[in-house]
Amino acid sequence: MSGPSTYEPKTAFTRWLDRRLPIVRLGYDSFVAYPTPRNLNYWWTFGAMLSLCLVVQIITGVVLAMHYVPHIDMAFASVQRIERDVPFGWLIQNMHAVGASMFFLAVYIHMFRGLYYGSYKAPRELLWILGCVIYLLMVATAFLGYTLPWGQMSFWGATVITNLLGALPLIGEPIKNWLMGGFSVDQPTLNRFFSLHYLLPFVIAGVVALHVWALHEAGQNNPAGVDVKSKADTVPFTPHATMKDLFAMGLFLILFATFIFYMPDALGHADNFIPANPLQTPPEIVPEWYLLPFYAILRAFDFNIGPIDSKLAGVLAMFASIGILFILPWLDTSRVRSMRYRPIARQFFLIFVVVCIFLGWCGGQNPGNILAKAGPFSATLEWVEGGTVSQVPIQAAGESQWQEAADTAESAAREQGATMTAVSRTGASTGSIRAVAGGAVQSRVVTAETADALETAIGAAKVEVGQAAPFFTVERRVPPMFTVTNFSQVLTLYYFLFFLVILPLLGLREKPGRVPDTIAKPVIDGKAQGAS
Amino acid sequence: MLRALTAAAAVFVLGAGVAFAAGKAEHPHDHAFSFDSPVGSYDMAAVQRGFQVYQQVCSSCHSMDHLSYRHLGEQGGPFAAYLVRSHETGEMEMVARRPEHGGTFVDVTENPWVRQIASEQTITAIDPNSGQLTDRPGRISDRFRRPFPNEIAARASNGGAYPVDLSVITSARHGGADYIYSLLTGYTGESQGLLYENPYFPGHLIAMPPPLGEGVVPYTDPNTPQTVEQYAADVTHFLQWAADPHMEERKRLGIVVLGFLLVLTALLYFAYKQVWRNESH
Repeated sequence: MSGPSTYEPKTAFTRWLDRRLPIVRLGYDSFVAYPTPRNLNYWWTFGAMLSLCLVVQIITGVVLAMHYVPHIDMAFASVQRIERDVPFGWLIQNMHAVGASMFFLAVYIHMFRGLYYGSYKAPRELLWILGCVIYLLMVATAFLGYTLPWGQMSFWGATVITNLLGALPLIGEPIKNWLMGGFSVDQPTLNRFFSLHYLLPFVIAGVVALHVWALHEAGQNNPAGVDVKSKADTVPFTPHATMKDLFAMGLFLILFATFIFYMPDALGHADNFIPANPLQTPPEIVPEWYLLPFYAILRAFDFNIGPIDSKLAGVLAMFASIGILFILPWLDTSRVRSMRYRPIARQFFLIFVVVCIFLGWCGGQNPGNILAKAGPFSATLEWVEGGTVSQVPIQAAGESQWQEAADTAESAAREQGATMTAVSRTGASTGSIRAVAGGAVQSRVVTAETADALETAIGAAKVEVGQAAPFFTVERRVPPMFTVTNFSQVLTLYYFLFFLVILPLLGLREKPGRVPDTIAKPVIDGKAQGAS
Repeated sequence: MLRALTAAAAVFVLGAGVAFAAGKAEHPHDHAFSFDSPVGSYDMAAVQRGFQVYQQVCSSCHSMDHLSYRHLGEQGGPFAAYLVRSHETGEMEMVARRPEHGGTFVDVTENPWVRQIASEQTITAIDPNSGQLTDRPGRISDRFRRPFPNEIAARASNGGAYPVDLSVITSARHGGADYIYSLLTGYTGESQGLLYENPYFPGHLIAMPPPLGEGVVPYTDPNTPQTVEQYAADVTHFLQWAADPHMEERKRLGIVVLGFLLVLTALLYFAYKQVWRNESH
């Protein structure tokens, strides 16, 4: 693709160096003379931003590691010391924390771009898979890094995620304990997480080198998805792509700086400013925003699937949602790369993007929150007014016979003309039955918007009726409703359908749109020269 | 299809908003603080008064472990001292607030206000001669004095409740400064046993008795009202400074960085256009 090297050393020193270590030639061929399709749009500038993010994270991270103390009693205070006393520590710490979010923002756009323009298709399958490896390493690194400040969310996030691995059959428990370095998240966990958090970025850098190598071998894809036909279709990487990348990077840095200087904590969680306390679970445990979609997929499984219990199903689905990206090049059967020329696939893709965003939203909500319901919560209270109350003790022969004894007592009371009965149990086999004879049965229906409000309304109704009623029977009715979990289930279903059904089937049936002649034919001399 | 999806999503979001309303702490009301806006700074007089409220009221139960007395006199601190030339006498004099213009920052080791604040405290520390625990006057390098030696002692003295550390309290609560202000001014006056009703606290019952009352902290400035609202606003201002002491520096540097980036990006844009001017794409 890139053809023979066109580098010519100009000085005696570079000629000397080129014979021995052609490193300048490598740089020249890769980042100067490298032919870039001339029709790349702004979506292609995120690769450069990602390199920038990695460099920023490594540099700020190395500085932070000079001041950070990986000890459960000192980690939180050491971060505070960095913020307060280390010269410009507040800036470096903010850059690192906000930088993680920016890194993920850029990587998601980069990945969606690859999805839309079919950048994963032959001959770029390995390029795509290496990208997925980088993404997986980024998720791991971000998770490990979030543990280090040792706030409440750090601790409980680490606890939840490591416990998830324990759901795997046979190997789960040993893996969990091996990761934690014990039976709970504690000092050994923090120490090894710190070590791994320092290690993984360099692994990422290594895989990035492979990613770029694979990119330069296969050549860049482009918005048309049509292979570059001749040299006339390309421009040299420098200055053309370089200047465009730098301009886009400028815009990205403006967003980055706005967060660093004006909203440094906006993307974090307030609970992480509370030092970790293993004895107190926070009211809600949520990961950082960039992992919320996977958290929603994990929690969407609130039901068992045959022998697989809900927890394991959630864990498997969560890993599968990333794992499926690795085999995407072979799932999509369409030979057309760019969705520009796939009008139907394009619709499904846009829905997929919206689904991912809503999965993220669901991940941040309490799973029990009700999104829609068919009616209000309601309850019917019944009581008897003006009857005579009698109370009889019940003594069952044993714990297992309690229900039988209670039923007998109840039917006996009914036979004696009781209008209403109430059984209360005081021990394993003892209790009493209260019965009202005579009087008039009254009833009232109360309704409320939430289950909590219903209990309040029931309490209020009981107080209002007051002494007139010896006791009540309450029948509660929950309306059919659609919760965040249900919503996550629908979204999760689409997520997997998109990869497993829509892309494979659509590629076989869809009739692609026509590629304009101006794209299908070479730009300059009108006859195809074939890709070099 | 997309439009229908968006509409459905909007309905969900609206519905969710209604469902959340019940059973939670009341939303803190929006108090106007001078540090709210992107260019807003601290009102250092309020931070100084707030420190006084903390010292005389809060510090009897609440620690602030991550602060040292020297922080009060460092650049951006409420008692930072500056040397300025007096307009009347022409002599150099030291003031405990940042002057409008000019003035030389006085290193915190030379700061008489901070030194006095520290020395008024009694700190229990190891005596360098005997090696035994002993009481001594505080130094500016000391951490804020802890009211209790440890959490167990703190709980034992407070009916089982633990008065939280206040170093980063405005960062550690949803709603930040507005929440702290609302909580301090939100007591209904009712109590159940050892718990006090406060609608801004999750669960509406808080173990902390109403800490502020009319006139409990004597302000030297006669123009500042000595009301619960004023005390609450001042101490919240102080706590916000304590949690985010570099805010003013951060916002100032932000303007410079953003200005630079805007100019740089504009130049890069023109350079990019120049490079591509003769290229069809």
